[in-house]
Amino acid sequence: MVATVVDRAGRVGRPARSVAAGRRRVLAVGVAASVVLVVLVTLGLILGDFPVPLERIPTILAGGGEGIEHTVVVDWRLTRVIAAVGVGALLGIAGALFQTVTRNPLASPDILGLSSGAFSGMLLTLVLVSASWQALVAGSLVGGLVTALVIQMLASRDGLQGFRIVVVGIGVSAMLASLNTWLLLQVELETAMFASAWGAGSLNGVSAGPVTGALVAAVPIVVGAFCLVPRMRQLELGDDLAAATGARPHAVRALALLAGVGLVSAATTVAGPVAFVALAAPQIARRLARTPSLPLGLSALLGAAVLLASDLVAQHALPAPLPVGVVTVSVGGLYLLSVIVLELRRRA
Amino acid sequence: MTVTTRPGRGILSVGVVAAILAVAVIASLALGANPLAPPAVIDALAGRGTRETSFVVWDLRVPRTVVGLIAGAALGAAGALMQAFTRNPLADPGLLGVGAGAAFAVALGVSLFGLSDPGEVVWPAFAGALLVTMAVSVIGASGPGGPVRLILAGVALGAVLSGITTAITLTDPEAFDRMRGWNAGSLLGAGLDDLGAIAPFVAAGAVLAFALAPGLNAMALGDDVARSQGVNVGRIRIGVIVAVTLLAGAATAIAGPISFVGLMIPHVVRWIVGPDQRAVLPLSLLAGPVVVLAADILGRVVIAPAEVPVGVVVAFVGAPLLIALARRRTARAL
Repeated sequence: MVATVVDRAGRVGRPARSVAAGRRRVLAVGVAASVVLVVLVTLGLILGDFPVPLERIPTILAGGGEGIEHTVVVDWRLTRVIAAVGVGALLGIAGALFQTVTRNPLASPDILGLSSGAFSGMLLTLVLVSASWQALVAGSLVGGLVTALVIQMLASRDGLQGFRIVVVGIGVSAMLASLNTWLLLQVELETAMFASAWGAGSLNGVSAGPVTGALVAAVPIVVGAFCLVPRMRQLELGDDLAAATGARPHAVRALALLAGVGLVSAATTVAGPVAFVALAAPQIARRLARTPSLPLGLSALLGAAVLLASDLVAQHALPAPLPVGVVTVSVGGLYLLSVIVLELRRRA
Repeated sequence: MTVTTRPGRGILSVGVVAAILAVAVIASLALGANPLAPPAVIDALAGRGTRETSFVVWDLRVPRTVVGLIAGAALGAAGALMQAFTRNPLADPGLLGVGAGAAFAVALGVSLFGLSDPGEVVWPAFAGALLVTMAVSVIGASGPGGPVRLILAGVALGAVLSGITTAITLTDPEAFDRMRGWNAGSLLGAGLDDLGAIAPFVAAGAVLAFALAPGLNAMALGDDVARSQGVNVGRIRIGVIVAVTLLAGAATAIAGPISFVGLMIPHVVRWIVGPDQRAVLPLSLLAGPVVVLAADILGRVVIAPAEVPVGVVVAFVGAPLLIALARRRTARAL
């Protein structure tokens, strides 16, 4: 929240320094987040049962090193690190899009039914078809997309309004969540535990092929999302003013939601439905940068950092290895909490 | 936004919903795997029934009906308070961390102390809900930023706890098994003793909620407007948090996390009587148990003699209604 002030001429606006200072701050936060991300990536490459000293990393990445080192660092750890960074960034951008379009800090892919739909699709695949990794990814993807489509159809009437899509979304999501609870009660305990672990989102066993495919497919969507940013800023003035300044609110909103759905789908094919990153990353970004609107690029950086940090904790810091989605929720939650508490201290 | 008062419509709606609730209570006592005719129910209630009908009515159906009444009323009122207070149509009592706190306490109880009987987790769940909401309020309600800050604090702390809860259950198959049952929500857990002890908390929460209604009406126009009308915004805020904690905490303790009622009821009620909290709160209090009891009855008969847990049915009963209402032209934001 940025304080509104009235200057001497009676004009209402944010404090006068804020434009230049605000840009500097966004830049500073971006640089800091990038540094943190580089540290996390390095940690991701050296940590693990097979010790690789830090000074060996550049050589190995450049193609040198013995066979086993290359396999461990490049094929296993680098793939996983790239998957975490990519999925986190996609989710961060998607979350910023959803929250901007619906103008609601609680709007996450859940609102469009993507998460609960993906989990329903995955559970039904598990119960009815097969438990292979590809089948589960396909099932969750289809489930998420069909749900998003149904919600869009139910909610569109005189165009997509933020409020209606939110209410329809929570209705459909609640039904699917109930269905999921019920399905979990119907299957054997072992199956239910497996489903819950997978459904939380996991980077266990990611391989280079699907990761590359999903991330490459997401690139044009990311570019499109960034092109939408100026239009979305116009929408923040309200639909009427936005239309008066040449934007088409309905089209912008529909495109932004479409982009968000595409990004979450790409992320889901890599890691399953990872919870909370899309909700937390934009809020953390905005609070750190103190911008009035949700910064897309910073959300991507922070999404990547949150997911990678969570995956490191999930792999190395816990007595039993857990799916990353379980840790994401806690790490993202703790971080959001500390940001809120620090904000309070600073103002007190 | 203007606060339109439609006293006539409000009183009429309360009457109609109360009548529907009476029907739901009778149906809840009569229907099930062993259906009884209404006269037999009345006989059994009056102590004149056969041993079998008395057992079915008094030992099986009265407790679950009472749980449904208390939990539904508490969730409906808590939801109305949360949405009025946060001015957010997505707000439900769970945002204060009630559900996450209760689930965390139950998971700990199940995993560490081997609690297994549904009745045993009532008090741990209530304690967990109270402690976590207190923490959320301390972090979120102090300082500037208003309800958004409180919501984010609740979401954040709730997420941390739910992550830990999932971690506990994923590493302990027995706890996972109990928790998936608890998560579905059920009116069968709590006995009449527990209900007698929990009811005063709900009553206190409801009284507090009614007392807050005029202040919430003023706050609907913005905190500054409310202040200029002499409303103590800080006091209302604390009052809402206390009332929601008592109501939703008690409901979660006796019935598990029944998630959709607190979210849906206030929307439906506002579309009937308008935004005046003096009408919305009592009507939510009455409409909540209607939905919970209807869902419970449906869950009993739909795959009889087996049952579908009430928490699962609630969304299937409520969501289509909510969506249909949201598609009407007149539906609008808070």
